[in-house]
Amino acid sequence: MRRSQLRFSQTRPKVKKLQVEVTVNGTRQSHDVEPRTLLVHYLRENCGLTGTNVGCDSSSCGACTVHLDGEAVKSCTIFAVQADGQSVTTIEGMADADGTLHPMQEAFHANHGLQCGYCTPGMVMAATSLLQEIPNATEAQVREGLEGNLCRCTGYHNIVKSVMACTRGGQQ
Amino acid sequence: MIPVAFDYQRAESAQHALDLLAEHGDEAKLIAGGHSLVPLMKFRLAAPSVLVDIGRLSGLSYVNDSGDHLAIGALTRHFDVENDPLVRSQCGLLAEATSKVGDPQVRHRGTIGGSVSHGDPASDIPSALIALRAVMVISGPGGQREVSSSDFFLGFLETAIGETELLTEIRVPKVPEASWSFQKFNRRAQDWAIVGASVLVDGDNVGVGLVNMDSRPVRAASVEDAVRTGASSADASALAAEGCDAPSDLNANAEFRAHLAAVLVRRGLEASGVA
Repeated sequence: MRRSQLRFSQTRPKVKKLQVEVTVNGTRQSHDVEPRTLLVHYLRENCGLTGTNVGCDSSSCGACTVHLDGEAVKSCTIFAVQADGQSVTTIEGMADADGTLHPMQEAFHANHGLQCGYCTPGMVMAATSLLQEIPNATEAQVREGLEGNLCRCTGYHNIVKSVMACTRGGQQ
Repeated sequence: MIPVAFDYQRAESAQHALDLLAEHGDEAKLIAGGHSLVPLMKFRLAAPSVLVDIGRLSGLSYVNDSGDHLAIGALTRHFDVENDPLVRSQCGLLAEATSKVGDPQVRHRGTIGGSVSHGDPASDIPSALIALRAVMVISGPGGQREVSSSDFFLGFLETAIGETELLTEIRVPKVPEASWSFQKFNRRAQDWAIVGASVLVDGDNVGVGLVNMDSRPVRAASVEDAVRTGASSADASALAAEGCDAPSDLNANAEFRAHLAAVLVRRGLEASGVA
């Protein structure tokens, strides 16, 4: 029996909220949400963490990038219920409690790695995840590794420069 | 963009997922990484009333050496496939095609089984599986069955997976000595291929799969036959679009796609050592 992915159910369920528990930036959060709630909306509206931006809302621009269990993901393309029981780090969780910036944030500051700043939280989250996987990334690897993040100011030159400053080679 | 409301069920095992599918029939849809399905739901091109989440079935995430082939669990993420040493050494074409899917964030979530089940003619991985002559293992109420990659893709976003079935494994023949190439033509980083081609040459075993050249992922059988019988890459690649009903859209009309297919297949054949 053939089945298409373009599925339209004739019946609609009664909307039932589900309890979702996510550890966000080290703090246990618990909220009742509709299953269709996207992780980015959960973070912004339920958790009150508005540092994660919604850009294209279609998993292209990367403005909504957060870490899910330590890896960069696009929070506009994940339902909050899918993250139940997992841990999320947002841009608010990057700096130390005393306000000391994460080295990547510091590098974006020092190298003027932002213009309007809208893409910056996503860029920082994507870049830190990239360097966890490839600590000694080359410039080509950084450029390719950030392909999921768009800067509409086209400020890529200094963004790449900032990330390169955080590579193993860049720190020497 | 907010999808239509749905009921959410988390499967605790593959059998549980099959039970939930049996219970809800065509009202239900499986979700793994969700990176094909969630965008469809947000654009309201799909509105299942029940989502069965199989994303936690870690038992279906693996790459095993099974003698003459690699057995890859359907829930193995793109990131894990592209970086797996066995996949890289035994089925390098699959690792390469997987590394070109979306972007790193997408590859952290998307799964090989999800990509294949979606049946999108524009996605990269099916072309590699067609070229590699992979076999899909589908589990259902009556047990397991195997479907070749040639028979698996039936139409636009349609596959051989039935309403109450679950893709569990993909078996990819090991070809450590093969020459191969993955060619993807697009205008911008991270875009879907306007046209793509997976090419594999391993002695008499020639495989060519095309991306975005029909309503479903397709094999370029004429090119394969031509190479097998000694045609040059230029002559063989001229047959790339034969039998294809290529789509026309804002990026390219069918004629331009046919041109791209010939160029990409020629490049792929040349990179795979075909004179």
